[in-house]
Amino acid sequence: MHVYILRRLILMIPVLLGLTVIVFLIMSLIPGDPALAILGSYATPENVAKLRADLGLDKSMVEQYWIWLTNMVQGDFGRSYSLNRPVLDEILERFGATLILAGTALVLCTIFGLLTGVVSAVRQYGWADKTLTFAVLIGISIPSFWLGLLLMMFFAVELRWLPVSGMYAIYGGGDLPDLIRHLILPSVTLAVVATGIIARLTRSNMLEVLRQDFIRTARAKGLDENRVIYRHAFKAALVNVIPVIGVQAGFVLGGAVYIETVFQWPGIGRMLVNAISTRDILLVQGGVVLVAGSYVLFNLFADVIQHLLDPRVKA
Amino acid sequence: MKSLFKGALTAAALAVCAFGFGHAEAQTPPGVLVVGQIAEPKSLDPAAVTAVNDFRILMNVYDGLVRYKDGTLEVEPALAESWTISDDGTVYTFKLRDGVTFHDGTPFNAEAVKYNFDRMLDENHPQHDTGPFPLAFFFSAVETIDVMDDLTVKFTLNAPYAPFLSNLAYPTGLIVSPEAVKEFGADYGRHPVGTGPFKFAEWESNAKVVVVRNDDYWEDAAKLEAVVFRPITDANTRVAELMAGGIDLMVEVPPDSLTQLSGDDNFSVYEQAGPHLWFLILNMKEGPFKDKKVRQAINYAIDKKALVENVLQGTAEIATGPTPPAFAWAYNEQLQPYPHDVEKAKQLIKEAGAEGAEVTFYVTEGGSGMLDPIPMGAAIQADLAQIGLTVAIETYEWNTFLGKVNPGLEGKADMAEMAWMTNDPDTLPYLALRTDAWPDKGGFNSGYYSNPEVDKLLEAARSSTDQAERAKLYREMQEIVYDDAPWAFIANWKQNAVSSTMVDGFKLQPSFFLLLDDVVKN
Repeated sequence: MHVYILRRLILMIPVLLGLTVIVFLIMSLIPGDPALAILGSYATPENVAKLRADLGLDKSMVEQYWIWLTNMVQGDFGRSYSLNRPVLDEILERFGATLILAGTALVLCTIFGLLTGVVSAVRQYGWADKTLTFAVLIGISIPSFWLGLLLMMFFAVELRWLPVSGMYAIYGGGDLPDLIRHLILPSVTLAVVATGIIARLTRSNMLEVLRQDFIRTARAKGLDENRVIYRHAFKAALVNVIPVIGVQAGFVLGGAVYIETVFQWPGIGRMLVNAISTRDILLVQGGVVLVAGSYVLFNLFADVIQHLLDPRVKA
Repeated sequence: MKSLFKGALTAAALAVCAFGFGHAEAQTPPGVLVVGQIAEPKSLDPAAVTAVNDFRILMNVYDGLVRYKDGTLEVEPALAESWTISDDGTVYTFKLRDGVTFHDGTPFNAEAVKYNFDRMLDENHPQHDTGPFPLAFFFSAVETIDVMDDLTVKFTLNAPYAPFLSNLAYPTGLIVSPEAVKEFGADYGRHPVGTGPFKFAEWESNAKVVVVRNDDYWEDAAKLEAVVFRPITDANTRVAELMAGGIDLMVEVPPDSLTQLSGDDNFSVYEQAGPHLWFLILNMKEGPFKDKKVRQAINYAIDKKALVENVLQGTAEIATGPTPPAFAWAYNEQLQPYPHDVEKAKQLIKEAGAEGAEVTFYVTEGGSGMLDPIPMGAAIQADLAQIGLTVAIETYEWNTFLGKVNPGLEGKADMAEMAWMTNDPDTLPYLALRTDAWPDKGGFNSGYYSNPEVDKLLEAARSSTDQAERAKLYREMQEIVYDDAPWAFIANWKQNAVSSTMVDGFKLQPSFFLLLDDVVKN
């Protein structure tokens, strides 16, 4: 097991290096000059040239990449020129907010996805299954930003039960209950689609497992039905669902971009959108490396759990 | 199984009860105004920023030597009590207000003024590296700044430059505390210190900027205790926050919401036309627009009324010429907008022999002051199709767009959308209509307009220090440019704002600045 994890960690290095190359290339190849973005409509060619030199943009691409990479390895992600502060400070702060949102959404979609899936499978073709399958279909089909706006208009504007946007109240907030109040709408919105996907997968896996011999054996032994479903069937089905939850983690991080914009959550997705439109290259690069790196780690984590659960998957 | 499902439901319900139900979201306290901004400020260093969004905060924290008189774009004293201008228009001597201190307690004096402009203009200044200062060229005419005594400062210009005073009233001319800049260096933009009616208190990234009342303000102290600026980038969310009471005042309300909110008794709507012009740059170097008749035909063919009323839903007014009416003192009242006259346009096209011409049209996806550029571009395309022109639209994201348009349209396109918001009638025509402002000379005349008469008028208006004389020259310039039609003049944007009815005493300014010292919140 340790060897497996170590090997996977070492394999991450070329993946991350490749990632830095891709991110750097994309940012260099998209049109739009950062110097122009900073100077705005009043940019004169002279000013632009001077600023490009100040920012080091007149160097060759290889040189620029090398400077960026070596600085980053030493923990220096550079300074964001659109925010006028160190990139690392900004991305860590923002990533923390995204982790809270995406983490909550992931927990919600896992719990509700598994529950729904199991109930649907156990009551196959019953009214519970039909209702849940229908709900899941709607959940998967609904565009999340639209759902977000709808929930916002209803719960925050009409009923005024929950705040419209932000992470903390701007007055007298800042504690945990305040955070949770702000978290409910965006995390539920973000979780809806992933819940549907996990529920569908759990349902089909459960149905498959429930038809297998060992379940019949368990029932024949006279085991309590709850025990059959949870101790035997569910555990066997879970093995195939876990890697998908790992993939959903990436989906939730990606979906956070819209949701963060709608709910003004100060996360890294919203930051990246702004950074791209202002051509804040260092901020985009740093942010993408962090997000992608953690996604790779997360998948490793899901694989390790799958290993622990399933003796058949050999290290 | 069932019990587990029920358990989860109960837990969820409990959580909602604990944190949601029974807790009606609190209104913001009286005396504290919460303003919905369109974005996170880039910096609160007035010399370093260019966005109106940032100016809205800055104008409340800082003062300049001069400022715009309430409701106009005319200059009046602020930190300078009075000034004299030498006869040749090159020496400005300011008498400064006595007893003013910065929020950090350091005195405001002639040294501080000199420091501010040296920092921006002198590359060898120890704090010049706190830039870049994109609008420093507003003061590029300044040759030397001399401290005559503690409260007298003298600016010597390399040539007469009439917009100097109104540039001083622009946010780039706001005065920062030299001691604070020395202390914070490159981080000064996050620790602003000025002399204004509000003191900077806190900047929490992506959440809020808080300023509190400066009780020692040299003029009447502000009525509000504090102002909180919240960046809410999504317009729909901004409207939802206003409706839910999370913000008290928002600017740049989307046209759809404006219609909805103006019918609601809980909200007050404000509108004010500003020094903004939305126009089409026409490429006069090549193609059909070399001919004045075709350019005029474009101006006749575009249904500006439909654009302003339908596409922009009344958030703009029809433009007449190169100078927005907000510059009341320099605006030529005699001119009327080109009427929408398809027959006349067709006739002009025919006379010019340009029937069925094909033109390339650069459209942007969005950008500073560009309003609703894609639907506007599409509507213009349809209007021009009516007079037999085939318009091929090419759409670009704003920064890419500027990168294509600013170096000139030659060889690329026949026309391009553009919008400018300026603070002096000199700025736009001087930078975008003179022969010496062609892109290869570092200007923004991307359509290569050239009329020696206009060049002469603009140079003369810039060097005159007599406002009546300048006004006369600008009016003459507008007449010529109107007739030459190097641009299609489309719209002047009206800034809008909506507040809850708890807010009193608020007023929009033609400068588009947000001034909050007289605002009350009940």
